[in-house]
Amino acid sequence: MAKIAAIPMILTALCVFVGGTLWTVVYSFTSSKLLPKANWVGLDQYERLWNTNRWIVSIENLMIYGICSLVFSLVIGFVLAALLDQKIRFENTFRTIILYPFALSFIVTGLVWQWILNPDFGVQNIVRSLGWASFEFDPLYNQDIVIYGILIAGLWQGTGLIMVLMLAGLRGIDQEIWKAARVDGIPTWKTYIFIVIPMMRPVFITTLVLIASGIVRVFDLVVAQTSGGPGIASEVPAKYVYDTMFLRQNLGQGFAASTMMLLAVAIVIIPWAYLEFGSRKRD
Amino acid sequence: MTEATAVLEGAHGPKPRRTFSRRNIFLYGTLIMVALYYMLPLYVMIVTSLKGMPEIRLGNIFSPPVEITFQPWVKAWAEACTGLNCDGLSRGFWNSVRITVPSVIVSIAIASVNGYALANWRFKGANVFFTILIFGAFIPYQVMLYPIVILLREIGLYGSLWGLVIVHSIFGMPILTLLFRNYFTSLPEELFKAARVDGAGFWGIYFQIMLPMSLPIFVVAMILQVTGIWNDFLFGVVYTKPDIYPMTVQLNNIVNSVQGVKEYNVNMAATILTGLVPLVIYFVSGRLFVRGIAAGAVKG
Repeated sequence: MAKIAAIPMILTALCVFVGGTLWTVVYSFTSSKLLPKANWVGLDQYERLWNTNRWIVSIENLMIYGICSLVFSLVIGFVLAALLDQKIRFENTFRTIILYPFALSFIVTGLVWQWILNPDFGVQNIVRSLGWASFEFDPLYNQDIVIYGILIAGLWQGTGLIMVLMLAGLRGIDQEIWKAARVDGIPTWKTYIFIVIPMMRPVFITTLVLIASGIVRVFDLVVAQTSGGPGIASEVPAKYVYDTMFLRQNLGQGFAASTMMLLAVAIVIIPWAYLEFGSRKRD
Repeated sequence: MTEATAVLEGAHGPKPRRTFSRRNIFLYGTLIMVALYYMLPLYVMIVTSLKGMPEIRLGNIFSPPVEITFQPWVKAWAEACTGLNCDGLSRGFWNSVRITVPSVIVSIAIASVNGYALANWRFKGANVFFTILIFGAFIPYQVMLYPIVILLREIGLYGSLWGLVIVHSIFGMPILTLLFRNYFTSLPEELFKAARVDGAGFWGIYFQIMLPMSLPIFVVAMILQVTGIWNDFLFGVVYTKPDIYPMTVQLNNIVNSVQGVKEYNVNMAATILTGLVPLVIYFVSGRLFVRGIAAGAVKG
């Protein structure tokens, strides 16, 4: 009976997750256009992919966005969690405020920040009207910095979650450790950096994996905030895949691009799984 | 200042806590600044949506409206155009309701049974499938988009509402199954054994013992799924047709349409309307929401 009840799970695991993934990888070696066809062309699609400017820009953007987003959300998330962990009043209020953007969709997030960063009405206009006439801050209209405009929105949406996870991690630290550090006269910041953070390694790793797998998926935020523009300056891989598969009817190319995404995720996930589950067996 | 008040108060009263110590000023100052920063976009959305277009053109997005108008809200809800349809976001709202309700029910039903089977019945190969499922959660959706298009086309549900329900059930499965499995594992095993001795079967135990005991986890799963599915954009745009586009997709089409004059106040009203459902759930559910995302994040 249990097996029958688990049929949806078995089907999902085998047909979608394993089957679908293998299917995409296999068909990335074909020249499929509008419909998937099994005419093999070897690595042609990959060669074309890495010769496409749009893809290169997407990868660069993902790298910048990814690294900045990792660093900033970990640092900001941890600092905010540490501040909230000082037995302060109104902790719940602060937490609620910082976490609420996480309940909003990327579409909503992207559209709000599109409005705030609008050079004619938003931040730039306001600073100029205060008297600084040459002030320039128009990330969404400037090819060189557009990805940072998206980063601002992404961080606003996601740091709350990181903060909550870090806070849970901090609460898991034994109070005796703090007492011991205080008795030894170690300053608070040193206790954090040399004692608490190393103890929170599992939390950091989980958070890292979480942020990383979220970064690869960045799609709606870009669609809403910039639609990949100006030009192709804020394209990301997930959008490249969607566009080539569903708008430009170039399936083979889309499969190749998504296989590259899979590869990128595998590089992050496999070492983590090895650490996480490998060490658990030894315990 | 602080010393003066300390002198005035003398040595009586409760434990002397200096409210305005330098540490506290720094601590609360920083937190208030951060909180203001996080509140800012919500404030800007609300303020903009209540202004008329002339006022927006003149001024400053942070200033409160001089003349409050609800016209943008009415227009966003009932008149804004996407393509040929000019019946506003209300269409997208009801589509999202029609998508979210069955998706939440189906995905939670499937996942809770999965979790129960994994926790209590441990059939052969169960852990293999479960591991695949968990790893599946990390595979970029883009990899599985097209194979699912083919699967849905084969069963004749591509482009339909029920097709999307299936997609949401599939992609919600890893995290929800994990959630339920961990919860059911934490229940005392004696309960299950006693029921077995009394001759209860798979479904009997599920409906009569497990279900009544796990209301909290069902609520957590519901919060997780309602916000997740309501906020979804990718699956909505890939697996449905324009007349059943969910609210997020329609919102994006309204705001980012290239035709016509941009009506920022209508756009912001539409944006708030779309964010309203998850926001209300968030503010009402409070701790349970946090529990849901924490459960989603921390692997068991």
